[in-house]
Amino acid sequence: MDTRDTPEQAELRRTASRLAGELGPRTVTDLDDRERNQRLAEAVRGTGWLELRHDDGEGKPLASGVEAAIIAEALGQAVAGVPFAGPTLAADLARRAGAQPIDGAVVGFAPDLVGAAVVAGTATDAPILAVDHAAQGPVAAYVLVADGDGYRLALARGEGTSDGADLTRNVHQLPPGTSLDPVAEQSRLLSREDLDAWTTLGLVLTSADMVGLMRGVLDVTVEYAKERKQYGVAIGTFQAVQHLLAEAQCLVEGAFSAAVYPAWAVDELAPAEALTAGRVAKAYAARAARTVCETAVQVHGGIGNTWDCIVHVHLRRALLSSEWFGGDGEQLRQLERSRLGVVDGLS
Amino acid sequence: MDFRDSPEEADFRKRLRAWIADNNPGLPASSTDDEYWARQAEWHTALYDAGFFGLSWPKRFGGHELPTVFDVILDDEIAAAGAPPRPSLGYLVQGITTHGSEAIQDRFLPGLISGRERWCQGFSEPDAGSDLAALRTTATRDGDEYVLQGHKIWTSYSDVADWCFLLARTDPGVPKHKGLSAFAVPMAQPGIEQYPLRMINGITKEFGQVVFDGARVSAANMIGEPGEGWRIAMTIVSHEREPGEVGYVSRYAKTVKDLEKTLRADPGAYRSDQREAVAWAYVQAEMLRLHVRRRLSERLDGPDHGPGGSIDKILMTWVEQSVGAATLSAAGSRAVVDGDEVGLKIYLYSRAQSVMGGTSQIQKNIIATRILGLPVT
Ligand SMILES: Cc1cc2nc3c(=O)[nH]c(=O)nc-3n(C[C@H](O)[C@H](O)[C@H](O)COP(=O)(O)OP(=O)(O)OC[C@H]3O[C@@H](n4cnc5c(N)ncnc54)[C@H](O)[C@@H]3O)c2cc1C
Repeated sequence: MDTRDTPEQAELRRTASRLAGELGPRTVTDLDDRERNQRLAEAVRGTGWLELRHDDGEGKPLASGVEAAIIAEALGQAVAGVPFAGPTLAADLARRAGAQPIDGAVVGFAPDLVGAAVVAGTATDAPILAVDHAAQGPVAAYVLVADGDGYRLALARGEGTSDGADLTRNVHQLPPGTSLDPVAEQSRLLSREDLDAWTTLGLVLTSADMVGLMRGVLDVTVEYAKERKQYGVAIGTFQAVQHLLAEAQCLVEGAFSAAVYPAWAVDELAPAEALTAGRVAKAYAARAARTVCETAVQVHGGIGNTWDCIVHVHLRRALLSSEWFGGDGEQLRQLERSRLGVVDGLS
Repeated sequence: MDFRDSPEEADFRKRLRAWIADNNPGLPASSTDDEYWARQAEWHTALYDAGFFGLSWPKRFGGHELPTVFDVILDDEIAAAGAPPRPSLGYLVQGITTHGSEAIQDRFLPGLISGRERWCQGFSEPDAGSDLAALRTTATRDGDEYVLQGHKIWTSYSDVADWCFLLARTDPGVPKHKGLSAFAVPMAQPGIEQYPLRMINGITKEFGQVVFDGARVSAANMIGEPGEGWRIAMTIVSHEREPGEVGYVSRYAKTVKDLEKTLRADPGAYRSDQREAVAWAYVQAEMLRLHVRRRLSERLDGPDHGPGGSIDKILMTWVEQSVGAATLSAAGSRAVVDGDEVGLKIYLYSRAQSVMGGTSQIQKNIIATRILGLPVT
């Protein structure tokens, strides 16, 4: 047992934070800098990070959940406006179904964002949410079609619109009635276990994203607390401010400790066990991220409530990462069901 | 990154599990009952004699020189069996190994680790808690001895201790942090009076007051150099704040497991807020279990006496208090109808975690200034 990064993982962590830090937005204006976003997208593509969960030829992913979480954390820390979790989850799902990954595709979610949309027939009957899809271009989103005891993949395609809370990632809505294309060459049906394992990866990536964005927003806020002066001294000298930031630091560390385990477990443990670990990580990270981002807004005072101050970019990204695959409330409900037994009238 | 047991770890886990199955004394939770403390000495020596305590410490002091992560296995198995937590004294071992002379280490570490000699920690005083360096207990040189005068309070397990790790002022003429020294003081002597304290949950064996009035300690029992007391105290408290060092994580896991069992037996009897409190306690306890794995892994190449223990301490406190809130919530009205309700007692005891070993406010001061680098006025 040694839960530290291997030398390769530590190297990946350094590379990913350097790259995301250089190309991620420094200011709110940077968010609309198409050239900057383009460079980031190309850099992420060039590193091969979007292929981490592709098939290695023997049905296993090319890289483990730990590597994927390292990238997700680095991109979250930099609030980087580039699809990563979306295409990674799509590739993971395709691999589990034995299908060829489709470039640029993501997974289509049900309106509550908790799980992949399940459809029947040849067209959708409810909106499909294509989360973390590229900003431009036609949308392609995998959905599930029930088939006997399992599920097949189908592809919902369309022109989506995205106007979500997160200013760094897109949630395209495909309207009801979107037609479905079959996905060629699926060699297996997806089982309950496949979906549990895939859900665990979703919990891992969204938790890691929140760990990263907490680190990012806390760095920005600690710097601000050292510079901003009131009453002739830096506001970071006030104990009330210090304690908010100290609590935030503890939340980041706790969230990180909880998140690395399912990142490892998703490829190493039985799906049900890994899923429980994923739910723990997500419940913790969702509550922590909300508090840490709110602290960041508070410590920035009035400026923190203006559009041009970057901390709402972190807060908004945290709201999406939290809700995607379910926030703390959803995870606690699921843990209650699995650990405390099912109650009639309570779900 | 690997959370799995190595073959040696797996083998150790198997032997430990079998041993605990046969030797679990089935004591109540440490926080709810005096009986736990009365029988803690037996548990300590049993664990030690079977080869399951002092895992990462040097062999010459009775340890096993195993990697730090073996303590994770110990905590896991104790929690799984619902056995009492491992004795929490690693911070004293850290203090003595870091600052004590060879002679001091040889004299005191074997008895401390084996549980044959029991210790308490005499730092806090009525007027020196957070501001520990303001302490007034004096140790005045008299030939080969020091004479002790002063009043210690909240001294845990002082009533059963053979030795007190005492912090006293040896030089009143220098600034307050510089005039302190540390001693191993024998407790069985005429100049020491003890006055037990009752905790808010009613137990009387947790801590007491210790008054030194002319008690004596040999100069050879000084730990470290004269004037080194503050540094020694800081080494000790930094480790006292680490759940990996104190092993409380198994206590939280056991409490949560018991709670889950209770709710599972009759899920419909609990409201959704009670279920959520228990689920959240599970999340918290799991986080800490994983955090301890991480921190003990970070120590595989040797300990770090830095301020990181303050983060651990805040996390541990949040966990203990979430667990305490859950036991209270799950007890419902029983907690107020029956003053002996275990859930009530666990909850009341949990409030101490944000005070003992340095309050949460003190930890946050340390994190803000020494970890985040925020300015001090
Ligand atoms: C169960 C238990 C076991 C203990 N065991 C031992 C033991 O074995 N040995 C031992 O020596 N001591 C022990 N203690 C004592 C413990 O270390 C002290 O209680 C603790 O350090 C706080 O000191 P105090 O009680 O004097 O509180 P005070 O220092 O008076 O603090 C009172 C309040 O003021 C706040 N405060 C104080 N200073 C600051 C500051 N600078 N900034 C912000 N807030 C501040 C505190 O956070 C607290 O909320 C134990 C305590 C408990 C509860």
